[in-house]
Amino acid sequence: MNFPHRVLVFGATSAIAQATARRLLQQGCDLHLIGRNQTKLQTIIDDLKVRAAPAQKVSGEAADLDNLTDFPHLFDTATTALGSIDAVLIAHGSLPDQKACETNFSNTLAALHTNGISAIALADEAARRMLIQGYGLIAAISSVAGDRGRQSNYVYGAAKGMLNIYLQGLRNRLAPSGINVLTIKPGFVDTPMTAAFEKKGILWASADDIARGIISAMHKRRDIVYLPWFWCGIMFIIRTIPERLFKKLKL
Amino acid sequence: MALHAWGRLPNPHNANTVRLHDRHADLPNVTLPWLAHGCGRSYGDVCLNRRGSLLHTINLDHFIDFNPATGILRAEAGVTLRAILALVVPHGWFLAVTPGTRDVTLGGAIANDVHGKNHHVAGSFGHHVRQLEILRSTGERLRCHAQQHAELLRATIGGLGLTGLITWAEIALIPIANPFMTVETTRFGHIDNFWALNAQAETCWPYTVAWIDCLAQGKRQGRGVFMTAAHAATQENLPDWREKPRNIPFDPPVSLVNSLSLRTFNALYWHKARSGTSLQHHVPYFYPLDAISRWNRIYGSAGFYQYQCVLPPDAMCAGTTSLLNRIARSGQGSFLAVLKTFGNHPPPGMLSFPRPGATLALDFPNHGQRTLALFTELDAIVRDAGGAIYPAKDARMPASLFKSAFPQWETFSQWMDPAFSSDFWLRVNS
Ligand SMILES: Cc1cc2nc3c(=O)[nH]c(=O)nc-3n(C[C@H](O)[C@H](O)[C@H](O)COP(=O)(O)OP(=O)(O)OC[C@H]3O[C@@H](n4cnc5c(N)ncnc54)[C@H](O)[C@@H]3O)c2cc1C
Ligand SMILES: NC(=O)c1ccc[n+]([C@@H]2O[C@H](COP(=O)([O-])OP(=O)(O)OC[C@H]3O[C@@H](n4cnc5c(N)ncnc54)[C@H](OP(=O)(O)O)[C@@H]3O)[C@@H](O)[C@H]2O)c1
Repeated sequence: MNFPHRVLVFGATSAIAQATARRLLQQGCDLHLIGRNQTKLQTIIDDLKVRAAPAQKVSGEAADLDNLTDFPHLFDTATTALGSIDAVLIAHGSLPDQKACETNFSNTLAALHTNGISAIALADEAARRMLIQGYGLIAAISSVAGDRGRQSNYVYGAAKGMLNIYLQGLRNRLAPSGINVLTIKPGFVDTPMTAAFEKKGILWASADDIARGIISAMHKRRDIVYLPWFWCGIMFIIRTIPERLFKKLKL
Repeated sequence: MALHAWGRLPNPHNANTVRLHDRHADLPNVTLPWLAHGCGRSYGDVCLNRRGSLLHTINLDHFIDFNPATGILRAEAGVTLRAILALVVPHGWFLAVTPGTRDVTLGGAIANDVHGKNHHVAGSFGHHVRQLEILRSTGERLRCHAQQHAELLRATIGGLGLTGLITWAEIALIPIANPFMTVETTRFGHIDNFWALNAQAETCWPYTVAWIDCLAQGKRQGRGVFMTAAHAATQENLPDWREKPRNIPFDPPVSLVNSLSLRTFNALYWHKARSGTSLQHHVPYFYPLDAISRWNRIYGSAGFYQYQCVLPPDAMCAGTTSLLNRIARSGQGSFLAVLKTFGNHPPPGMLSFPRPGATLALDFPNHGQRTLALFTELDAIVRDAGGAIYPAKDARMPASLFKSAFPQWETFSQWMDPAFSSDFWLRVNS
């Protein structure tokens, strides 16, 4: 199949999603964008409209993606705007304060909901519709944090890990139907989510570096990508450390 | 992440940096005073603020509106000239005024009221700003144009970021037939030849500039290459052109620029230049240095200065010769010096640098006191001539020279936002 032409983006105000949307536009895609913050979303839609070729469509709708019941409606309006949906990019997420999660479980629940359940519910809705049309691509931004639980970040990690396993199963189920499921696992990315971190060193990538990797993975119909690629090696090592040893590390 | 100015002088780093993401948001609650920082392509300290916080604008990078029929563009202040050109050139439009690099933000171009090689026909960047929005520390958003807050607009153009945050601006572009330039190159053997060539060229070419070998002395003093250009007219066969980006990937511990490498480079440049007319893509024509990103690292950890001044018409010929003499004698000059004349447009900003006369710019590796002592000598020539030094390039001009060269500074200071300041402003008011 060709590169998807009509793409629906969830969490479109995220820095990574924004950079990806600009690159999708360069690929000739029509876009429908869902973001939580109405003014930020409008800013992004206006920008993409200026960059778009006259025939390219850019539209969107504001929605809080914690409200799972809205999803069928969001897909309906997107289908109306785009004609059909060739690919879905699920990009929203939030980095919880791990310490706050440890003292109050409602924070843990909220983080699991936004990063795990909400993304899964979107993948589920997308799969339902793509099975009917008989093709499609579901791409979701997970994280290297989902590869192994670490004391500094395991609530977020658990949510992304849940998403990883779900996507893996979905990929397995949809493989015969020609529907692609892409799990995107970025490492450290310089975005508002990580504004509080000291961003020095070669491990940090820009949102646009990740966007470039996402486009390339979509082209190649990859299943799982680490972005940038070297995280594949780092996470291999992290995953192979025996638990007996790992539990004593301060990671 | 520590933000630098282009000269990379060993300065104490900034206390605090926040990146702005949403032009509709309030200014962040961070340590005062504040200062906007774009691409940091200013050489000295107009873009630094070590006592307070830098508001980094590069993610305010959204276009707001572009009309390909009229060439009117509205964009957030962190949009770069590179992004603007990528958008508008295919539609047959170009920046009315462009500096020698594309990696500057719209906000930075306005706040320094930058100029290009076409000042004699187009004026400076501020002449093409139709309106802009200023976000003040009080939370007020003031839309400024000729009919509304016109004085705040005049303060903000060339206002060195001190009147508040420019959130967005609207500029007028100029039409072009294609991305190419017709360029005419003439070598001249002595500085005296430049003035006649230039006066003649200004009547028929929109872009004029000369590169001068500031290390040549005696009979060859001020030998150089004069380049005039115009956007190419419609034509059928345009050459192929592709950009090949290069980078200086590391910080050399010592400067790679020394008197041997310079003499060789300058002499080669002069001998290689061929007189004649050619068709050249606008990127290598306007932005030769953009071909090597982060070229400023070649000066090593000591960093470098640029000295750029303007001398009024009655003093420009003699003054330029005196400046070149001093520089040649010191043996400190760097790569080619740039010489260009400004036209008579009334400046759009209270602190605009461009004014009638000739402007000379050249880089100097930082040799500490030796370099600063040379600048003091050059200052004396500039002061006697009634000239000025360009704040965007400056890291050391004395307060007295700033105040005499920018006589509207007191009126300007009434329009400043009290929560904004910069290392430059502190320095020239000390
Ligand atoms: C290779 C090279 C060639 C150059 N050639 C030329 C030339 O030909 N002509 C010329 O005039 N200049 C030239 N310059 C200088 C350059 O164009 C200016 O310094 C320009 O202003 C840099 O823009 P910036 O986005 O990097 O801003 P910065 O350097 O980061 O900031 C410059 C000033 O703008 C203010 N500012 C930035 N954004 C905002 C905002 N949103 N709101 C309010 N204030 C803001 C800052 O506070 C600061 O005072 C050149 C520089 C280089 C490195
Ligand atoms: N940055 C990293 O280092 C990194 C590393 C690995 C993975 N990731 C993942 O990459 C994705 C993109 O993040 P980013 O780095 O680009 O950070 P970002 O710019 O902060 O983006 C996160 C986005 O998620 C949105 N969001 C959060 N909760 C939402 C909700 N309930 N409904 C709708 N939108 C919601 C936010 O919307 P608002 O704008 O309204 O707040 C924000 O736009 C996330 O899934 C993140 O987990 C990031």
